[in-house]
Amino acid sequence: MSTITDPDKGGFRVSQLLSDTRYRAITFQVIALFLLVAAFYYLGNNLVQNLRAAGLNFSYGFLDEAAGYDVGQSLIPYTSQSSNWQAAKVGILNTLLVAVLGCFTATILGVTAGVLRLSKNWIVSRLMAVYVEAFRNVPVLIWILIIYAIMTVSLPAPNAFRGDDPASTMLLGMFAFTNRGIYIPAPVFNPGSMVVVGVFIASIIAMFAYRAYAKKLLFDTGKLLPTGWPSLAILLVPALLVFFILGRPIGLDIPVLSGFNFGGGIKIGAPLIALWFALSIYTGAFIAENVRAGIQAVSEGQTEAAAALGLRPRRIMNLVVLPQAMRVIIPPLISQYLNLTKNSSLAIAVGYADITATLGGITLNQTGRAIECVLLLMLFYLTISLAISAIMNVYNNSVKLKER
Amino acid sequence: MKKSLIFGVLAVAGLSAGAAAAATLDDVKARGKLNCGVTTGLVGFAAPDANGDWQGFDVAICRAVAAAVLGDQNAVEFVPTTGKTRFTALSSGEIDLLARNTTWTFSRDVDLKFEFVGVNYYDGQGFMVPKALGVSSAKDLDGATICVQTGTTTELNLADYFRKNNISYEPVPIETNAEGNQQYLAGACDAYTTDMSGLASTRATFETPGDHILLPEIISKEPLAPLVRHGDSEWGDVARWTLNALIAAEEMGITSANIGDLSAQAGDAPEVNRLLGTEGNLGEMLGLSADWAKNAIMAGGNYGEIFEKNIGEASPIGLARGLNAQWTDGGLLYSPPFR
Repeated sequence: MSTITDPDKGGFRVSQLLSDTRYRAITFQVIALFLLVAAFYYLGNNLVQNLRAAGLNFSYGFLDEAAGYDVGQSLIPYTSQSSNWQAAKVGILNTLLVAVLGCFTATILGVTAGVLRLSKNWIVSRLMAVYVEAFRNVPVLIWILIIYAIMTVSLPAPNAFRGDDPASTMLLGMFAFTNRGIYIPAPVFNPGSMVVVGVFIASIIAMFAYRAYAKKLLFDTGKLLPTGWPSLAILLVPALLVFFILGRPIGLDIPVLSGFNFGGGIKIGAPLIALWFALSIYTGAFIAENVRAGIQAVSEGQTEAAAALGLRPRRIMNLVVLPQAMRVIIPPLISQYLNLTKNSSLAIAVGYADITATLGGITLNQTGRAIECVLLLMLFYLTISLAISAIMNVYNNSVKLKER
Repeated sequence: MKKSLIFGVLAVAGLSAGAAAAATLDDVKARGKLNCGVTTGLVGFAAPDANGDWQGFDVAICRAVAAAVLGDQNAVEFVPTTGKTRFTALSSGEIDLLARNTTWTFSRDVDLKFEFVGVNYYDGQGFMVPKALGVSSAKDLDGATICVQTGTTTELNLADYFRKNNISYEPVPIETNAEGNQQYLAGACDAYTTDMSGLASTRATFETPGDHILLPEIISKEPLAPLVRHGDSEWGDVARWTLNALIAAEEMGITSANIGDLSAQAGDAPEVNRLLGTEGNLGEMLGLSADWAKNAIMAGGNYGEIFEKNIGEASPIGLARGLNAQWTDGGLLYSPPFR
């Protein structure tokens, strides 16, 4: 450290850029920046020149042209005459769908497995250890393929449900498990159904209000209200009452075998199921380890102190240990959500129409616009990764240790 | 000073990078090996046999070109490519020649900047369904689930055909033919669509081929052709005329059995002499040795021999010559003259 340097008031000399500690760090950073810019310029220039030498141009015009291909599963209207951009949007929504479903299931699986792995029950904790190690140490692509293969080989084809004495029957007459996916009844909204939906939404809000009130009462007065059955009652009873009073305005569209496939109802395709399950159990195993680390980071004394107050083990976990463990769990959990979202690009292995399959697969291949498509893909994944990160960091700030 | 040196080096490197000229023929000769892109496995067209040697109709093109250029039909490095990776492999220079039942289309030729060197198989897209399904026409496939290889012309034709006939279907995109087999046999799709030759080849590998039928509709023209990069006409000529030599050899009655005698000395058929290098200097014009065509034909025989051995009626694939007969027999095969 330069502690006794005289401040040089006698003007600035160029050699000071290297010799003076006040400027040296900045000098090197500027040089590094120049080198970086030069490297990118070189790479970009190289690309442009090589493209020109090959007679190719750089253009996003293909996005407006008709895509020409069909996709299996789409959340928005799409035909083969839609534009490549529409196909990309189909892919984006499918990616987001599997990412949201996956993150949700993985969290439930991971927290459960992480808590149970610390169970004092030997069999339970060993079982969870086997789950975590088995899934964490085998690549997720393999799991996707295994689950997909099991589905296509073991489940019956739709035509097994055909005939007077079919080889397979539908579960409860409503659910059909086939090797192309699972067909479930779809709700049909008749007139008056909006009232039921409105009541149900109000019930959800009321349920959260009740839980917040119970928590406040507990913290203020120490009086403990039950939360389990009242929550369920608030959630279901009003909606069910309105439903029957209005004469059952919401019906069910049960899938029926028509032609080659089941018609009606909702189809959850085999590729989506395989991808969703595989991503969930794979990422869940990592989250389980994060949860275990978080719980073990909470001092044993906290548990003992809570036990000395007479709390039961489940309450100790929910009220004392998990809230403190959260601040250790959340940051790596963000990474796991990002991993899951990015791993969803393996969808192409089972033919699920995510963004990598539509824009980065078929569109790229049919138009030959590899550089343009890959740049768009990178931009998309970067955007949703940063978005997930931002949202989760807001949550992290709300649960982290409050310093006053 | 140092900084300007670095910038100077960068600038020179940037300028020289774009100027790399394409001279594939010299590269192949210097390397002593032809890098040839083929499918990841389609029996009859390109698939490794029990010994790991690549065999098939497309493979024979690779071997013929290697024999013509290097005099050795085994100087080939086979690069398996999928429908998605094939064009990138070719344009990036990973392979010199793509012989992978690829359809010659306008946009691939013009927009993707490739050069198709001539059709080696005239094909069309069809459908295969299990006999038990009771379907006798592609128009009965309304609502069916159909397996289709992704990134192919097949995928586009399928969408067009169903749109034109105003019927619906659900696509199951698959990456390779092997995956398509498995999905189709497991009943995950009702029908499998690809080129008729591919369907015949696939069906031949089934345990009970008789349980599956090929529907009569042929919904597209699929001229399958080997291709090279655009902008290297010398290399394009080598590939084009090697293919033509195989086709012309059949027309002129040159077979692997009599080629030894015919090429030993000039006979009384001038075009045979020119082709086999006993007269004229066609090989020199191509930048190859005088016996280039002889080597190419000796690699696997003439076009007819290659066809019969790999995919013809006597082979397990069992394809009739059909459109792929010589023009003299009512087919479409027609080589420009060797003159």
